[in-house]
Amino acid sequence: MEESNLSEAVESSAASTSGSSRKKLSMPVRYLINAVLVAVFIVVGELMIGSGTITRYQTTVLEQVGIYILMAVSLNIATGYLGQLPLGHAGFMSVGGYSCALFIMHMQGTLGLTVRDFVTGSPAAVVLFCAGLLFGGVMAAICGLIIGIPALRLKGDYLAIITLGFAEIIRVVMLNIDGVLGFELTGGARGLTGIPSYTNFLNTFLVVVISLFLIHTMMKSRHGRAILAIRDNEIAAEASGVHTTYYKTLAFVVSAFFAGIAGGLYAGCIGVMAPAKFGFMKSIEILVMVVLGGMGSMLGSVLSATVLTILPEALRAFADYRMVVYAVVLIIVMVFRPQGLLGTYDFSLTGTLERVINGELPWRKPKKEVDEND
Amino acid sequence: MTSEKKRSVLVQMEEPNLIPERDLGHIPVLQAKHLGIDFGGLTAVDDFNLAMGRTEISGLIGPNGAGKTTIFNLLTNVYKPTRGTVLLDGYDTAGKSMVQVNKMGIARTFQNIRLFSKMTVEENILVGLGNSMSTKLVTDLFRLPQHWRQEAEFHDKAMDLLAIFDMQKYAKAQAGSLPYGAQRRLEILRALGTRPKVLLLDEPAAGMNPAETEELMENIQKIRDEFQIAILLIEHDMSLVMGVCEAVGVLDYGKIIAKGTPEEIQNDPRVIEAYLGKQGVN
Amino acid sequence: MTFLTQVLNGLQLGSIYALVALGYTMVYGIILLLNFAHGDIIMVGAYISWIVMAQMGFHPAIAILLSVVGCTLLGVMIDKVAYAPLRNAPRLSILITAIGVSYFLENGAQLVFGADAKVVPPYFDASPLSFGSVQLSPIALLTIAVTVVSTAILTFLVQKTKLGKAMRAVSEDMGAARLMGINVNTTISFTFAVGSALAGIGAVLYAMAYTQATPTMGIMLGTKAFVAAVLGGIGSIPGAVIGGLLVGFAEVFVSAIGLSVWKDAVVFLLLIIVLIVRPTGILGRTMNEKV
Repeated sequence: MEESNLSEAVESSAASTSGSSRKKLSMPVRYLINAVLVAVFIVVGELMIGSGTITRYQTTVLEQVGIYILMAVSLNIATGYLGQLPLGHAGFMSVGGYSCALFIMHMQGTLGLTVRDFVTGSPAAVVLFCAGLLFGGVMAAICGLIIGIPALRLKGDYLAIITLGFAEIIRVVMLNIDGVLGFELTGGARGLTGIPSYTNFLNTFLVVVISLFLIHTMMKSRHGRAILAIRDNEIAAEASGVHTTYYKTLAFVVSAFFAGIAGGLYAGCIGVMAPAKFGFMKSIEILVMVVLGGMGSMLGSVLSATVLTILPEALRAFADYRMVVYAVVLIIVMVFRPQGLLGTYDFSLTGTLERVINGELPWRKPKKEVDEND
Repeated sequence: MTSEKKRSVLVQMEEPNLIPERDLGHIPVLQAKHLGIDFGGLTAVDDFNLAMGRTEISGLIGPNGAGKTTIFNLLTNVYKPTRGTVLLDGYDTAGKSMVQVNKMGIARTFQNIRLFSKMTVEENILVGLGNSMSTKLVTDLFRLPQHWRQEAEFHDKAMDLLAIFDMQKYAKAQAGSLPYGAQRRLEILRALGTRPKVLLLDEPAAGMNPAETEELMENIQKIRDEFQIAILLIEHDMSLVMGVCEAVGVLDYGKIIAKGTPEEIQNDPRVIEAYLGKQGVN
Repeated sequence: MTFLTQVLNGLQLGSIYALVALGYTMVYGIILLLNFAHGDIIMVGAYISWIVMAQMGFHPAIAILLSVVGCTLLGVMIDKVAYAPLRNAPRLSILITAIGVSYFLENGAQLVFGADAKVVPPYFDASPLSFGSVQLSPIALLTIAVTVVSTAILTFLVQKTKLGKAMRAVSEDMGAARLMGINVNTTISFTFAVGSALAGIGAVLYAMAYTQATPTMGIMLGTKAFVAAVLGGIGSIPGAVIGGLLVGFAEVFVSAIGLSVWKDAVVFLLLIIVLIVRPTGILGRTMNEKV
């Protein structure tokens, strides 16, 4: 298995270094192809929503799919890419959600915007939407920094338990902060209500796609390589000049930032924020998406977040059994495929396309003799 | 061996160190003075002294458990020395982190290979080359032109480094899937990528066959000539040590018991005793 | 409430946490697994007591016996079915499996017993004992006594018996222990058995004090007990006891000064502060990676 991987890789390296014999897609073309596909997806989605083929309820589920994709992919930065195990991702989501919702609720009045403005997408509403999400993301990132600095000094399970602790503290704070402040901010156990529904299919998926793009570009750069190097061998990374503390904190903060953005979208999508929704179990749910998809595989996170968000909705008829089935599936997958469904495999559409235009079968790399004298 | 072996004249530095005559005009690139470390009352290394010329290749030999790897760990600040100082190019490395020591100019390989095994061969080298990369996160995030320029430039640099061991064909392979010997070579190249002044190689020939060892020997000299750096290596393969090193130190129970040219070391009774025990001398 | 009552409350709650923490510490010590399902084993134990006493009308002694035996068997079975196949898998996979088992037990219990709380009948007449003017809860005294005895037996087991030595050997180096002829799988099963038996005792003591069984009761109890184990230094028996008592006292104290809504936050804050000062807990050993 290892052997064949090696010879394939040698093959493709040889092809890419020999250059002229092989047609290559330039990066702008690759980005363009992906952008067009995203545009097609969003336009088709919008048309189907407009024509009523997708119901209002289904649209909300779709928006949640996008939100959980972003949650899973952002958690994957800290688990799959950095190799740590944070158990408090829902905490960042709730900080982002509350911050974004409160920001938009307060600014909405000041700017004199109505709920209709968010639906029609007036310029002021769009600006407020972006500002609110960024505010939510930044607040979550600050929490990530505060948690990350002590947590990242610890290893493995200690980090896991300390992040779990921080997320619980965040939950208790959201629950009881009103009593300390003396005025109503989060609404306590009852929750924060009256959040304008500032999200829709279009802006949710635009935000998700842009976030995924930025996470992708970060990981495919020197910064991302440093993070992966820490995961593979921390001591060797340090000995190779990688500032491990900085990059661990960076990965942690970026992970929290995008969870905050997802939280902001969530608040607008659901319309109510309550601390009970962001307990330990929510963090675990997201971790399950990442692990099931395959740690370090963005496609894996996207797929499993999609399936695991739609599946419980689809199984509503069997509501009593679904969580038991869910648990059994989880155990079975882990016992028989511990590396997750996709492992670290990542799919590149344009890479596949490149093989097609070179006359190769996309699902099989060409067979040729490889010298194995090493 | 194709290249003619360089015979060097060693010059006495402050006791008991020797450096090649050609490096005399400069301060030694790496100096250790009275270096020592205790682990819970047990002295692992004691009074270790070293001075290396800027382009010197030397070896550290000794029986298993003599403290060779511990010395590497002391030189790279993996362990904090209990006693003594390490000077790199005249600068004290005390209190510096492993990263800072690397950026100051010491790069190393590990006895039990430590590659970034799930990353590709090229990415492994690129992590090493990261010391010389300068793009801001924003530049990389938004794929500004500078990002592409830097990536292209360093792709070429990585390929040049891989060319030293003729490993370009492995560029896209997962580092962990390489044959053992190639993994050792990749680790050396990654260390070279950090632009060190001193390269520490911990058993570079372990697990290699005689032909590979022979090739490695040539390449170690080639690296020294091309990059003009000092190389300190730990090795059990005597043909490699005697073939490539200008000076050899022998370590036993954490102390240097002999030091000199390979010829002197080969005939030193103390060395034979350390390796074979007292009976071996008789 | 008098100061003495508060101290007794702290000791009682702390003792339950300590018993549960001991189970976490033992399993973690031997296979480095954060056994998320441990808290849920306690939940099952409480339900067994409820079934035996409230549903079948048997004597409380049988309920206690069956709770402890049931928890022990459940713990060993979980290890055999869900964890043993993954001995050589990445640690995260085993952790996710543990989470899966925890989910399974919680949702299974909800499916079988419903989401509402079941009232566990009293095991014995628990009217307060009077010592002059001071009134003490017999349940509290019993809880503390049982914990002291359990800890003593456990310490003896781990330190003095052959199985205990095997456990310590496996936790030091599983490979070497196997080469020395220790049956690693039996030893791990035994560890799960002991840890789960302690959980069973904890379940009975918890049900005595709070007289309730709910499907989700194991989550917070388990999490806090795990916090206690980490706080004291995971892998250490006295550490688990110290950690358990600390968490118990912290909760009782915070509630006593009228801040009971913040007690969970205080427990976790305590953990964070301890870990920042001592990264491996109060009695934990530091482990260095060999370079």
